[in-house]
Amino acid sequence: MTQIPTQTSSNGRSAMAEIAAIAALAAGAVLSLFLSLNAADPVMAFHAVLFVAAGALGVIGVGYMWRQRASGRSSTEGYNDGVVKYGVIASLFWGIAGFAVGLYIALQLAYPLLNLDLPWTTFGRLRPLHTSAVIFAFGGNVLIATSFYVVQRTCKARLAGEIAPWFVFWGYNLFIVIAATGYLLGVTQSKEYAEPEWYADLWLTIVWVVYLLVFLGTLWKRKEPHIYVANWFYLAFIVTIAMLHIVNNLTLPVSLAGTKSYSLFAGVQSALTQWWYGHNAVGFFLTAGFLAIMYYFVPKRAERPVYSYRLSIIHFWSLIFLYIWAGPHHLHYTALPDWAQTLGMTFSVMLWMPSWGGMINGLMTLSGAWDKLRTDAVLRMLVVSVAFYGMSTFEGPMMSIKAVNALSHYTDWTIGHVHSGALGWVAFVSFGAIYCLVPWLWKKEGLYSDKLVSWHFWLSTLGIVLYITAMWVSGILQGLMWRDYDGLGFLEYSFVETVEAMHPFYLIRALGGALFLIGALIMAYNVWRTISGASAAKAAAPALAE
Amino acid sequence: MTHAEVSHFAQTWGLVFLVVMFATGVIYALWPSNKHKFDAAARLPLEDDAANKEK
Repeated sequence: MTQIPTQTSSNGRSAMAEIAAIAALAAGAVLSLFLSLNAADPVMAFHAVLFVAAGALGVIGVGYMWRQRASGRSSTEGYNDGVVKYGVIASLFWGIAGFAVGLYIALQLAYPLLNLDLPWTTFGRLRPLHTSAVIFAFGGNVLIATSFYVVQRTCKARLAGEIAPWFVFWGYNLFIVIAATGYLLGVTQSKEYAEPEWYADLWLTIVWVVYLLVFLGTLWKRKEPHIYVANWFYLAFIVTIAMLHIVNNLTLPVSLAGTKSYSLFAGVQSALTQWWYGHNAVGFFLTAGFLAIMYYFVPKRAERPVYSYRLSIIHFWSLIFLYIWAGPHHLHYTALPDWAQTLGMTFSVMLWMPSWGGMINGLMTLSGAWDKLRTDAVLRMLVVSVAFYGMSTFEGPMMSIKAVNALSHYTDWTIGHVHSGALGWVAFVSFGAIYCLVPWLWKKEGLYSDKLVSWHFWLSTLGIVLYITAMWVSGILQGLMWRDYDGLGFLEYSFVETVEAMHPFYLIRALGGALFLIGALIMAYNVWRTISGASAAKAAAPALAE
Repeated sequence: MTHAEVSHFAQTWGLVFLVVMFATGVIYALWPSNKHKFDAAARLPLEDDAANKEK
C-alpha cells in the first residue's frame, strides 16, 4: 500500500504563486474594465463587466486561500478533493438547467406559440443554449471533476498546483456563463457546438491550457509507475479538444472591442473544418472522456479488475486513430469532394470495431459480479450506459453509410441518434459516476436512498426509450415523405405537411424529456440529502434498504 | 510546397508513419512479457485509497 504523498512546496513558493495569481487576476480585471468602457456593442460591454466581476472575485478567492494557508487551516497534503466537490455540484446544476431548456424547446417544436414572440426566447437562441448546457456545462464539469478525482487516485499523487485547479473550475464555468448569455443576447458565430464568439474562445483556450498543465503535472508527480488507461483517455480528450477548438475557431474579429468576428475559412473548407471539429467533439469529448469514466468507475463499483487490460490499450489506440477521420460523413451529398465523403464513411464504419471492443471490455468487467446488478442501482446505471454506448456506436456508423444517410440526413432520426448517445451513454455514465463520488467525497456510508436511485434509473430509461423510438418513427416518416414523388415527378407532400405529421411524435419526445428531467431532479434531491448527512439511519439498518 | 506535394507526402510517408505507430501500440499491448504489468494495472482502480478509508 503506497502512502499518499505530501506536497513539499514551501510556504514561500505558495506565497509567490498567490501574489502572481492576484496580480494576473487584477490586471485582467482592469483590462476588462477598460474594455467595458470602450466596448463597440452592448453585449461586449456586458461581458466585459462579467470579466471584471470574475477578476475581482478571483482576487478575493486567492486572498482567502492565502489567509487559510497563513493561519495553517488549509492542508496541501493528501488528495485535493475540494475542487472535485464543486465540480459535482456544478454538474448537477447545469445538467438540470440543460435538460429543462431541452424540454422547453421540445415543447416549442410541438407548440410554436412557446417562442413567445420575443427574440431572446426563440428556438434559434434556446437550442444552442440547450446543446451547450448539456454537452459543455454538464458534460464538461463532469469530465473536469472526475478527471481530477481519477488522476489523483490512479497516480497516487495530489493534483499539481493549488490555485490552478480552482482556476480551471471557475474559469471554465465563467466561459459557460459568457457563452450562454451571449446566445440569449444573439451573439453567435453560427458554428454548431462552436457558437461562442472569438473572445469567449480565447478565454476557453487559456483555461484549457491550464487544465492540460494541471493534468500533465499530476501525471509527472505520480507514484504509480504505470499510467492507468483512464488517464490516457482523459489526456486524449484534453489534447484533442485543444487542437479542435483552436483550429475551428480561427477567426478575425471586426474590432477588438466588439463581439463579431469572421471565420478564416470559407465555403466547403469552412464546412469541412467545422465537421472535423464537430464529429471529433463527439469522439473526444463525449466518447474518449466518458470512456475514461467507464474504465475507472465500472471496475471500482463492480469491485472487479478491468476484463482485459490489453483490449483497453488496443481500444484506446484504434479509437484515437480512426475517429479523427470520420467527420466528413456529416457532409454527404454536399459540395465536399466525393472521395472525402467516402473516406469519412469508411472510417466511420471501421469505428464499429473499437467501439464494440470497448463496450465488451466494459460489460465483461462484470464477469463474476453480474448478481450485483440486481441489488445495486448505481451499477445498473453504469452498465446500461455502456449498453447504450454500444447501441449508439452501432447506429452511428450505419447512418454514416451514404445510402442510409440519404434517408436519415436532416431528419429527426439524427436527433434521436444523438440523444441515445447523449442521454443513454453520456448522461447515464455521468449519473453513475456522481452517485459513486458523492458518498466518497463527503465521507458518507452510502447514498441517502438507494430506492430513489432506482426510481431515477427507471424513469430516465423509460424517458430515453420514448424519446428515441419517437424520433426513429418521425425521422424515417419525414425522410420518406420528403423523397416521395407522384406519377408526374412532382413532390407528393408539401413541406408543411411533413411538419404536421411530426406533431404526435414531438409530444411523445417531450414526454420522454420530461421523465428524464424528473429523474435528474430526484437525483439532485438524493444527492442533497446525502451531503446534508441523512445516511446514518440507513447505515444502521442496512437490511431495510430496498 | 504545392498542394500536390503535400498530399503526396501525406499519402505515402504519412500513411507509413500512422500504420507503424498503430502497429507499435498493438505490439506493445500484446507483448507476452507485459502481461504481468497489465494484470496489475487492471486492478489499479480497486486499490483502496487511504483518503476514503479514514472515516
